[in-house]
Amino acid sequence: MKKVISANQSVSHAVLAAKAQVIAAYPITPQSSIVEMIANFCSTGQLHAKFINVESEHSAMAACISASVVGARTFTATSSQGLALMHELLHYASGLRLPIVMANVNRALASPFNLKADLSDSLSQRDTGWLQFYCESGQEVFDTIIQAYRISEQVLLPVMVNLEGFILSHTYEIVDIPEQSEIDRFLSPPAPRDCLNVENPCLFGGTTDFYINFRYKMHEGMERAKIICQECDVQFQEVFGRSYGLIQSYLCEDAELILVTAGTIAGTCCVAADQYRERGLKVGVLRIRLFRPFPGEQICLALGKTKKVAVIDRDFSPGCGGIFAQEIKSILQGRRGGLPVYEFIAGLGGKDVTDEDIGRVIDQTYQNPEPGGVTWIGLLK
Amino acid sequence: MKKRYSLKSLEEMPITAISFLTTEGNETGEWRSQRPLLDLEKCNQCGLCWMYCPDNAILPEKDSFQISYKYCKGCGICAKECPKGAILLVKEKR
Repeated sequence: MKKVISANQSVSHAVLAAKAQVIAAYPITPQSSIVEMIANFCSTGQLHAKFINVESEHSAMAACISASVVGARTFTATSSQGLALMHELLHYASGLRLPIVMANVNRALASPFNLKADLSDSLSQRDTGWLQFYCESGQEVFDTIIQAYRISEQVLLPVMVNLEGFILSHTYEIVDIPEQSEIDRFLSPPAPRDCLNVENPCLFGGTTDFYINFRYKMHEGMERAKIICQECDVQFQEVFGRSYGLIQSYLCEDAELILVTAGTIAGTCCVAADQYRERGLKVGVLRIRLFRPFPGEQICLALGKTKKVAVIDRDFSPGCGGIFAQEIKSILQGRRGGLPVYEFIAGLGGKDVTDEDIGRVIDQTYQNPEPGGVTWIGLLK
Repeated sequence: MKKRYSLKSLEEMPITAISFLTTEGNETGEWRSQRPLLDLEKCNQCGLCWMYCPDNAILPEKDSFQISYKYCKGCGICAKECPKGAILLVKEKR
């Protein structure tokens, strides 16, 4: 059924459709409306789940871990400082190989205080062993949450689904919510796995000299996740008629310049690419949907024969630059080391990134024969 | 103690340390820097040490208690709680 809902509500509807069994969350802007709606589903009996009110995000993740360890399908949502507070337990969740699904509504980290979109919060959690998706629309958010449960329960690693605060989270769009029978056809109840069991007591996550081996198993899981994510997306299309891939490319085949970005900036990039194509300049757009595991091979393939790449980051690693830019440069090394990568930082703290801004990115990349450091878009004069 | 997985090869290993060993297999005695010594002459078998021990490292015997040095971390709670002063903490020598 088609509904006009916000992307946050889209998350809530997806969690309802996935029949999550335990939800633990702590409110934080701009995430709060996700769990408020889920709490409502629980109180009206639409969702037969245990909703646990906790005193912090750290406890929210601890509750999800505990519920997941006994086999429950779990969910939580957070943003920014809340995600940062969870950090320690994010490692715990992935190390225990728990299929927890979390929505993170991207918000800038303080200080200074800012409630708006910035991907630095989740990208700061890059090395915690969670799969990370970055969405562009309310529909994609719904679909990715559904996919996330299936993926995480197959690879036994937790999944973080990211959507930008306000720009996406609070924007109302038409979202097609499939019939429950269709969802059930795609997403089975959680399969039995190694869980805590009073009949057969065991220690979990205890001290072990085999640590390096478990880390290697996590690496294998992440490698496998690349294949599972791809397969899951294909099967999703068979049932629902929609698919996204690990990356999405727009007019990349013959492009001389490809704009690489994540999240909602990609849509604006497509508009700018159309404008430049009308003027005869071959511009393409590559949106990275899956960030961990990083789909390096697909990205290199999609970059094809392009002569230049411009990466636009709505995130910032102080002392280095844009995080996506670093990742792109690292995967090109050894594959297409000579391809120049122009780096741009834009839209931090929810600052609008307009088609004129993208135009400046394109102009600068065309005009300069070589990349020269990171260019910041939208600073005061 | 029941071992559920053989650890001869990477392939045979589970993906995580769940179900790896029971807590019985997690021998924490090596952490100890102080060693509790129980003076059976002073002990009146009240059982407070057994109740307070956070690691179940004090084992009730027929007429007394015994400290399991395989698990005792040397926290000293037993020595602190013993109303008879029957448990003495000494420096662990290895």
